[in-house]
Amino acid sequence: MNDIVLIGLNHKTAPVELRECIAFSPEEIAIGLDRLIKSPHINEVLLISTCNRVEVLMKVNEIAPAIKTVTSFISEIKNISLRQFENALYVHEGDKAVQHIFRVASSLDSMVVGEPQILGQLKAAYQLATTNKTSGVVLNRLLHKTFAVAKRVRSETGIGNHAVSISYAAIELGRKIFGSLEGKTVLLIGAGEMAELAVEHLIRHRTGDLIVSNRTFEHGVELAQKFNGKAIKFEEIIDSLKLADVVISSTGSPNYIVSRKQVKEVMKSRRNRSIFFIDIAVPRDIDPDINRINNAYVYDIDDLKGVINENVEDRKKEAIKSERIIDEAVINFKKWNESLAVVPTIVELRKKVETIAQAELNKTLQDLSHLSAHDCEALNRMISALINKILHDPTMLLKSTGSHWNKSSYLDLIQKLFKLDPR
Amino acid sequence: METLTNITIFLYMIGAAGYLAYLFIQKDYLQKIGCCLLLSGFVFHSTSIVYGFFQSGHIPVHNLNETLSIAGWAIIGVFLWVQYKFHLKILGVYAAPLAAFAMVMASQLSREPAPIKNVFNSVWLHIHIFAVFIGEASFALACGLGILYLLQEHTIKAKSHGFFYKRLPSLELLDLAGYTCIIAGFLLLTLGLITGFVYAKSIWGRFWSWDPKEVWSGITWLLYAALLHQRLVVGWRGRKSAVMAILGFIVILFTFLGVNFLLTGHHEEFTRW
Repeated sequence: MNDIVLIGLNHKTAPVELRECIAFSPEEIAIGLDRLIKSPHINEVLLISTCNRVEVLMKVNEIAPAIKTVTSFISEIKNISLRQFENALYVHEGDKAVQHIFRVASSLDSMVVGEPQILGQLKAAYQLATTNKTSGVVLNRLLHKTFAVAKRVRSETGIGNHAVSISYAAIELGRKIFGSLEGKTVLLIGAGEMAELAVEHLIRHRTGDLIVSNRTFEHGVELAQKFNGKAIKFEEIIDSLKLADVVISSTGSPNYIVSRKQVKEVMKSRRNRSIFFIDIAVPRDIDPDINRINNAYVYDIDDLKGVINENVEDRKKEAIKSERIIDEAVINFKKWNESLAVVPTIVELRKKVETIAQAELNKTLQDLSHLSAHDCEALNRMISALINKILHDPTMLLKSTGSHWNKSSYLDLIQKLFKLDPR
Repeated sequence: METLTNITIFLYMIGAAGYLAYLFIQKDYLQKIGCCLLLSGFVFHSTSIVYGFFQSGHIPVHNLNETLSIAGWAIIGVFLWVQYKFHLKILGVYAAPLAAFAMVMASQLSREPAPIKNVFNSVWLHIHIFAVFIGEASFALACGLGILYLLQEHTIKAKSHGFFYKRLPSLELLDLAGYTCIIAGFLLLTLGLITGFVYAKSIWGRFWSWDPKEVWSGITWLLYAALLHQRLVVGWRGRKSAVMAILGFIVILFTFLGVNFLLTGHHEEFTRW
């Protein structure tokens, strides 16, 4: 199974700045898939990019040049030198790669173990790969298995039971403060992906008005339109604090955007109604001292993580169970993948044809009792030659190397055509 | 009579135990059992009060034993109402032991009614007594809600979501329930003071006689009036409101107990042992 390779970086190996720098947009993923599949070393490819990870899953002919292709592609399209991110990269091959993708889908590798979003993100990545026709027999099978494993882990273990992901934790907090989020006004400062995700969750809890404020006004308008909200200029933030109940901030600003003094002023005109700041920016946008003001609550990303870690302890046992489910699935996949090897398939194919020929020959010879042993021998030779000639071209095709075609597809096809089971 | 009281105390105590178990184990049936126990205790308690009324012809508030018992009755009554209205189950952890404690204290005190002098049955007096007791029970619960609010606020501000975070309801609900209790308590206390004045006028010929209990009740009334005013005008809510509710109840406790032990006046015989 050495031909499956996964290369990537995630929240454990790369700081947020680097991840942001390397993250792909859906358009860039399409370009990437297109580029990578053209490489003679890569047969199938899938590209996953979320705010916590960028990973390339491939079926390759040769590992080293395939990896080289990926890294130089990233460095080229993202305009970043290899040196800057090569230390954050990890490469998994064979079983390890399969196990890794299973773990990712089951959310065991997430920043917040058990968060449900990753499976959807992976499905979207797979969708992109299929529409761009970069996934073949192996990745199709692998991804279908991956989704099945993730589903099984979710239903058989308690890993996803609690409020787990960061935005879920934030929403639970909001509900502890406001009772219900229904009708609460949400102010979005900065229009990043993560913020968008949080807003989606909030809207599911039927929050009220949405105000979007972004340094580039056009982006703000875009996002506001998407969620039926209102865009304001960056300078109007303090004014809109009077209206907002939940503030989500995720700008790239190096300084605080909202200061304690400003909030203190605003609390008067809010008549002390509670206000909840969720600061998902690093470095922070919201002065943490605001948390000391009555009825104002500030949680940054670390606070939210701290809140979540308490749940993680309870889930260690469940994680062990999940790992077992995954290991089982890895073994099963390995069996299937090994069956796709060339030699066993050829052997199996020959065996099948020879068995049929021999059976038919024996049947015929029974009626032709007048034939001499010498005649029988001649017939046998004729049959063998026939088999050899018929199987010559398919065998050559399967055995040939170096050419750019997807061997697994042929193997799979031949196994299906002839109903072979070389396991 | 005594059997009724004992049954009441018993029911309140296991009711309180049920709520405490609910706090730790978080199984909904525990809270339901606790609530049923308190409700049946409340029925027994009400029966014994009615029985006492018909036996003596007075509402039984003539010594500390009886007033504590009525206070416990009022707390349970108001708690059951708050639980029904806000589904604030966890408040039972405060209300049930408080009432049970009041009842146990009451049962330890002398049961001899103090000689009754200068007291005449009148509708004003009955309203006065019930309004004041139920009003002050509302303030007691507002204090409990204030304590729960501060606990929950602390867990959220300190970002250490331990024991209480899961178990306590939202800040908004605690604040709203506390505010409702304070409004109810304030209206009832106002009613109690007015009926008290009317009664005093009809018996002693004057509305106000600078009796220490009157003075302290007046102070309590002013305190809660100030709290409500600040809430309506400046928006004192959340933490400040919770702290004020706790302070207010401390003043009430002083009015209820302290005044009788330290000072004298025409209410004294009602709370003396």
